[in-house]
Amino acid sequence: MTAPALSVEALCVEFRTRSGIVHALDNVSFTVGKGETIAIVGESGSGKSVTAYAVMGILDPAGRVTAGRAMLGDLDLLAATPGQLAEVRGRNIAMIFQNPRTALNPIRRVGRQIADVLIRHGKLTRKAAAAAAVEMLRAVGITDPARRAKSYPFEMSGGMCQRVMIAIALAAKPSLLIADEPTTGLDVTTQAVIMDLIGDLAQKLGMATIFITHDLALAGQRASRIVVMHAGHVIETASTKELFANPRHPYTAELIAATPDSATSLEALAAIPGALPDLRRADLPPCRYSERCTRKTERCTQPLPRAAPNASHLVACWNPLPARSIETANVSAA
Amino acid sequence: MTGLLEVTELSKLFPAGGGPGSWARFKRRYSSGPNNLPMVHAVDEVSFAIGKAEAIGLVGESGCGKSTLVRALTRLIDVSGGSIKLGDRELSLKAARVFARDRDRARIQMVFQDAGEGINPRFNAFDAIADPLRRLRKLRGKPLRERIETAARRCGLPLELLSRYPHQLSGGQRARVGIARAIAVEPELLVLDEPTAALDVSVQVVILQLLQRLKRDLGISYLFVSHDLSVVRLICDRVLVMYLGKIVETGPAAEVFAHPLHPYTQTLVAAVPRLHRDASERLRLIGEPMSPIDPDPNVCRFYGRCPRGMETCQAAMPALRRFGERHVACHFAEDLLPRS
Repeated sequence: MTAPALSVEALCVEFRTRSGIVHALDNVSFTVGKGETIAIVGESGSGKSVTAYAVMGILDPAGRVTAGRAMLGDLDLLAATPGQLAEVRGRNIAMIFQNPRTALNPIRRVGRQIADVLIRHGKLTRKAAAAAAVEMLRAVGITDPARRAKSYPFEMSGGMCQRVMIAIALAAKPSLLIADEPTTGLDVTTQAVIMDLIGDLAQKLGMATIFITHDLALAGQRASRIVVMHAGHVIETASTKELFANPRHPYTAELIAATPDSATSLEALAAIPGALPDLRRADLPPCRYSERCTRKTERCTQPLPRAAPNASHLVACWNPLPARSIETANVSAA
Repeated sequence: MTGLLEVTELSKLFPAGGGPGSWARFKRRYSSGPNNLPMVHAVDEVSFAIGKAEAIGLVGESGCGKSTLVRALTRLIDVSGGSIKLGDRELSLKAARVFARDRDRARIQMVFQDAGEGINPRFNAFDAIADPLRRLRKLRGKPLRERIETAARRCGLPLELLSRYPHQLSGGQRARVGIARAIAVEPELLVLDEPTAALDVSVQVVILQLLQRLKRDLGISYLFVSHDLSVVRLICDRVLVMYLGKIVETGPAAEVFAHPLHPYTQTLVAAVPRLHRDASERLRLIGEPMSPIDPDPNVCRFYGRCPRGMETCQAAMPALRRFGERHVACHFAEDLLPRS
């Protein structure tokens, strides 16, 4: 494999709050290859968005990266100066936020907001940038782009605002796109169109995409690899096909069983017992799922197994579900 | 099946345009009649019925009039035309404001989309559930407490949580409070507006199973509004598909999901992400829906976005026609019926 577009290694993030330190991320590692689309999946509170924010350097002031690296080429994003980050953001990495209505500037015309990126990173003149912004709007499939460029966000529908966000993110042709729940709050029909658009543009630009979602079915449709997170841990990483056919971590299996699509009746759907552990606790068990887990053994109190770095299917579990095929023999435990 | 609610040619129009102080507003107030103003046809002559203990799903994209229909049914807003019959009582004639104190108010209750915002932040769970009981059933003291505890127990809400405020509850617990509040007055029809949209899949499963159990135990009818067809399929007996104020397809939920007949339903079903299928079936809805402001009554509302659109679709609005247990409003429904 060639050098990855982004490689996150052993990332740890804490938040200082009045009621104690929240250990939001612990030892999070994953890579995205050039031009590859991966998905980070997990329930709310699992640390998906915090991972993205940490990589982008836009964590809340209460948050602190305590360990780890995020390598974008030769640059460690977590150790970069604000000046270096400002050069990289928008040009090399771009992000699409969850709620386009709040992420867009409400008092600037959308054409101007796209042009801003082009002036800053594309070194275009004001006039050229305005024309290029209209072209970007056309590229994301907005009808009558010249007129729409003069609109304010509140004049547009949710789907159109999301297209504008995509146009802003892709204006400087970044090599990595982070999409944080880009279609939450949109209709299924609009969701399909927006996801197609992101996929097509990513392919055209040869861009790597990290796609953050809580919808396992949607992730499965769009990503070639899936990273499953639970309570700040990466618990399983595998190719999409492999993960659905052969989930090894008990939590992944439960998550698949809880997805409405997989069942023919409501009774057949399995609820996941318990809730996320309180991440402020000092005595968090090494496996943060162990208190909800039905396959818990005595070994689960020991530090989590470290996966072999080149294995394609990684599971952070001492007692994973048995593999259903021989191909997954390279699942590693210490 | 005995009927509970019967809706006939229900319409709701809103005057278009005009914020406060605008010219349109001025005209609306001082012009001779409302007919010369452009109107948004949010719900346009919709008819359907809900049987006793039946669960009906209402699906459609945002802006199709789902919420307006639901608000008109629950009599939170006044209707522009048509009738809503609950049993043998006609509900559409009373003003919404008057109906709030009507004896039949308790028979239709609603569970709102985001329970976090649907509960007064200054009410704890007890008061939230008590509110409709105090207002509609005039309960006080011990009988009130008993009713609340029964409702909470039914919804799997631990009694010690009753003294908590919404911000101290998790999303799933808030959803339970919202449901307990609605069933406390023992309604016959429960309208659920995307009750699980804000929840994680694992919690969603629990809430859906709770709703299923309540329906079985209490014999309530449901009108379940959602844009998630895979959820509707599991909990509903029948489904209504709405597009721009019109019902375009109805039928048994499993059948509509498996063999959608209307082109709009087909794109809707194709857009639902499925676990073991990739997105390669490219049946996509292109463009934006046509304007709901005074739409041409002789053009199919889906024309322009429809992959089948032909001249007939521009010349006549397709009527909702019956095919066995299903109804479809499309000129070409025959071609789409499964061969049997």
